Amino acid sequence: MIKLTNIRKAYNQGRDNEFWALNGIDLNIEPRRVTALCGPSGSGKSTLLTIVGCLARPTSGRVHLKERDLSGLPERFLTDVRRSTFGFIFQQFNLIKGLTARDNVMLPAYPLGGDWRALHARAEGLLDTLRLGHRLSSRVEWLSGGEQQRVAIARALINDPEVVIADEPTANLDTALSREFLTILENLKQQGKTILLTSHDPLVIESSVVDTVVTLRDGRLVEGK
Amino acid sequence: MLFQPAIIALLLASAVSVAMLAAASPFAWELIRHWDISSGSERQLRLERRTYLMSTLLTFVFATQLVALLLFVFNADKMAVMFVGAMCAVGTLNANAFGFPALIAQIVVFFLAAAWLVLNQADSRAYDYPLVRVKYSLLLGILPFVALAFGLQLEYFLHLKADVITSCCGSLFSGDAKTLSGDAAAMPPRPALALFYGTLAAAIGAAILHARKLRGGYLVAASSALAFVAALIGILSFVSLYVYEHPHHHCPFCLLKPEYDYQGYWLYLPLFAATAAGLGVGAVQPFARIASLGAIVPDIARRLSWIAATGFAIFAAVATFMILQSNLILLEN
Amino acid sequence: MKTWIEKQKALIDFTLSSLARRKVKNLGMLLVYTLIVFLLASVMLFTHALRREAAEVLKNSPEVIVQRMVAGRHDLIPPGYLEKLGRIRGVQKKEGRLWGYYYDGVVKANYTLMAPSAEAPAAQKVADGKIVIGAAMARARGLATGNLISFRSYSGRLFSFTVADVLPHAAELISADLILMSEADYRAFFDIPAGYYTDIALSVANPQEVRNIAAKLAEALPDSRPILRDEVLRTYESIFNWREGIVLVLLAGSIFAFAIFAWEKASGLSAEEKREIGILKAIGWETGDVIKMKFWEGALISLTAFLLGYVAAYVHVFRFSSMLFEPVLKGWAVLYPRFELTPVVDGFQVATLFFFTVFPYTVATIVPIWRAAITDPDAVMRG
Ligand SMILES: Nc1ncnc2c1ncn2[C@@H]1O[C@H](COP(=O)(O)OP(=O)(O)O)[C@@H](O)[C@H]1O
Ligand SMILES: [Mg+2]
Repeated sequence: MIKLTNIRKAYNQGRDNEFWALNGIDLNIEPRRVTALCGPSGSGKSTLLTIVGCLARPTSGRVHLKERDLSGLPERFLTDVRRSTFGFIFQQFNLIKGLTARDNVMLPAYPLGGDWRALHARAEGLLDTLRLGHRLSSRVEWLSGGEQQRVAIARALINDPEVVIADEPTANLDTALSREFLTILENLKQQGKTILLTSHDPLVIESSVVDTVVTLRDGRLVEGK
Repeated sequence: MLFQPAIIALLLASAVSVAMLAAASPFAWELIRHWDISSGSERQLRLERRTYLMSTLLTFVFATQLVALLLFVFNADKMAVMFVGAMCAVGTLNANAFGFPALIAQIVVFFLAAAWLVLNQADSRAYDYPLVRVKYSLLLGILPFVALAFGLQLEYFLHLKADVITSCCGSLFSGDAKTLSGDAAAMPPRPALALFYGTLAAAIGAAILHARKLRGGYLVAASSALAFVAALIGILSFVSLYVYEHPHHHCPFCLLKPEYDYQGYWLYLPLFAATAAGLGVGAVQPFARIASLGAIVPDIARRLSWIAATGFAIFAAVATFMILQSNLILLEN
Repeated sequence: MKTWIEKQKALIDFTLSSLARRKVKNLGMLLVYTLIVFLLASVMLFTHALRREAAEVLKNSPEVIVQRMVAGRHDLIPPGYLEKLGRIRGVQKKEGRLWGYYYDGVVKANYTLMAPSAEAPAAQKVADGKIVIGAAMARARGLATGNLISFRSYSGRLFSFTVADVLPHAAELISADLILMSEADYRAFFDIPAGYYTDIALSVANPQEVRNIAAKLAEALPDSRPILRDEVLRTYESIFNWREGIVLVLLAGSIFAFAIFAWEKASGLSAEEKREIGILKAIGWETGDVIKMKFWEGALISLTAFLLGYVAAYVHVFRFSSMLFEPVLKGWAVLYPRFELTPVVDGFQVATLFFFTVFPYTVATIVPIWRAAITDPDAVMRG
């Protein structure tokens, strides 16, 4: 599904504080499976996610999405790929305050210019399946942590992506909510989504939902499961 | 005469345009030198981000130029009351040697800007931005024209004196005048009519052919340019006569006056739009063979061809309508 | 095309809600913006209406007025002078006129006194002992139709007149200080013997010939001074434009300040706004989309401010008689009309005004908008 070849990523290139966050990563992400990236803080997990998810371009190396080479694409086209292929769930949820749950869910679809009414229906459907039907028109800052994360999940799914990417999804959740998240993950996997997440929460890494664990250290791969 | 609101506005628009393009040109130069789409280096990422600023700026500058062209003509018409002998924009523009050159420069800038925007459109739809170097080189090429247009306008307005006696459309566009425009006005109606409808039909035909079969892209551009010239000759030699219902008043500017219900705008807006679109079809042709533009150039060229065909058709229809409405009879039978 | 429209609709929808979420900041911007438009629009509408009014006055005046000069000063036209003019080709009509000024010590104001033309229709004639007065004068002296008023003439005699009529308010600028009286009264009041006139009015049919006629006049009667209507019109036009331009230049400071204000507002994004743009970029908005969204924001603010400011200025100038300009205008004349100016809206002027307000705003905000829009999409992953 996604193939990374010798990916390197530098920050502050050419300056005194130049820092190579990724140092030659080769990785193959299988379709319809759950892959977890683990490793200590600062090892480059999030950076790798941004490259896989087309949020950023590698400094060198190649990214292939189903045979298509994405390495040299400018932002405009990377964004195009991103919004049709990937859905993102962030650690901080990153919802927009002051907007309702439904408006937040619909946001990723705005630049696509689809039919407004169909979009409404889709957003409401997604929130319903995530048991948030009664919270449609509540502003997101009034929701509990677990509810906020479910809104974020609904937002990640609004454009019906093939791949869902989650950065430290359980870092802000207690055990009960983390388990609930794993159940949702299980459902998504059953729907045929490819899932890539980072975590250093043993609850996630050792869970049966996760098919592959990849460990990173200092921007390099360490071992596989 | 500088302290007139419209003049201040025009000069401001021009000056800001020149300043913006001048400020953008070092960046354009950097883009031309260091652009490397396959690289993921931070410099490339920075350059890429900058292209957004450049596109936005240039779209803005060129939109300003378009509005400025309209405002310039409108202002010239309004100011006619201030000059002895001026009845319309012609008199104002003739009040010193810089008036008509300033207008022509403004028109040239308009067409260049339109061509640039078409290229920009094509480029930003292709995944590898194949025209970046072309676009920004062209930008550096357009800058002198914009600066020239500004310079001419400044000279024109600086030298505008209310007490000069100027000559107006009556003398400039009379058939006896020994000028290019005089010759155009003197053209007898029958051949002028044939030339007018002939070239317009050719331009419309070429555009439709290209839109349907994607053949003859350069032909669209050439025939549009020809149609533009023929249309202006036609307006000078007979369309204006029909509108004014006067057998000797050959003026392309009085048409824009409120006395004639601003009919000229119905002629000029479609004509300029169609010509710009037609020239745009030509502008993208050299790049039709670039792989990433393979599907994009035909798509853009097709749309532009439709615009050109529609514009010329509207122009021809409006002109014909004016002729039929008129009480003047130039051609017996 | 349909997706394009849907997309713009979605962007506008988001923009509206985002404007509403930052009410205070945006209302501040809107207020300043509206104020600038209001100020400029008031000046423009006011001068434009004045110019129109002046042109209206001149429209009914003769193409050429001939004055006689003695020792470089304007003097009466003696009997026989009209005949000496002889026939000049192109002159349709020539006629002696009686008019002049009278200083009224009571209200400390100058009136314009005129005798209607001998050929005027009967309805416009004024009977002996009667006068027709302008509305401003009626106001200043508290006169109404039927009232009696006396003036002391320059010869010291007292004359009494009955007000036969007050001229209508419309186009007050023309007639504000006007007094019409019969020819006989006029001659008696100013001691002008029969056969003498203050000047001569010529009507010319073809405007192209006015210059030639003036040249011929100067040749035939070297002591005459022809005044051309077009010349006056031209002078007026350029004086008004010049005034308007000067005011604009004076206001340039405020336009500039406004542009800086807009720049600052646009670049001083709050942490919250920056975070929002970062989120949008991360979830699939592109730099171009953010720029478009911001463009819509600017357009909505501009249009609202423009409409509000322009309407306010319109009401100010045409309903409230340019109240705010009153201190400046007061000094001009006691009988200065009450400015129920005829409302005129001119497309060209609106375009110019649009230019002076929206253009600086846009120029000032382009770079800050771009800066905000290029926020890295992966920024939200850090911190
Ligand atoms: N924009 C940036 N500029 C400079 N350094 C960065 C930037 N983003 C990440 N880094 C550095 O790259 C390294 C990897 O970061 P990250 O991928 O976030 O690690 P993880 O998610 O595994 O904690 C860290 O040392 C971090 O400081
Ligand atoms: Mg991280």
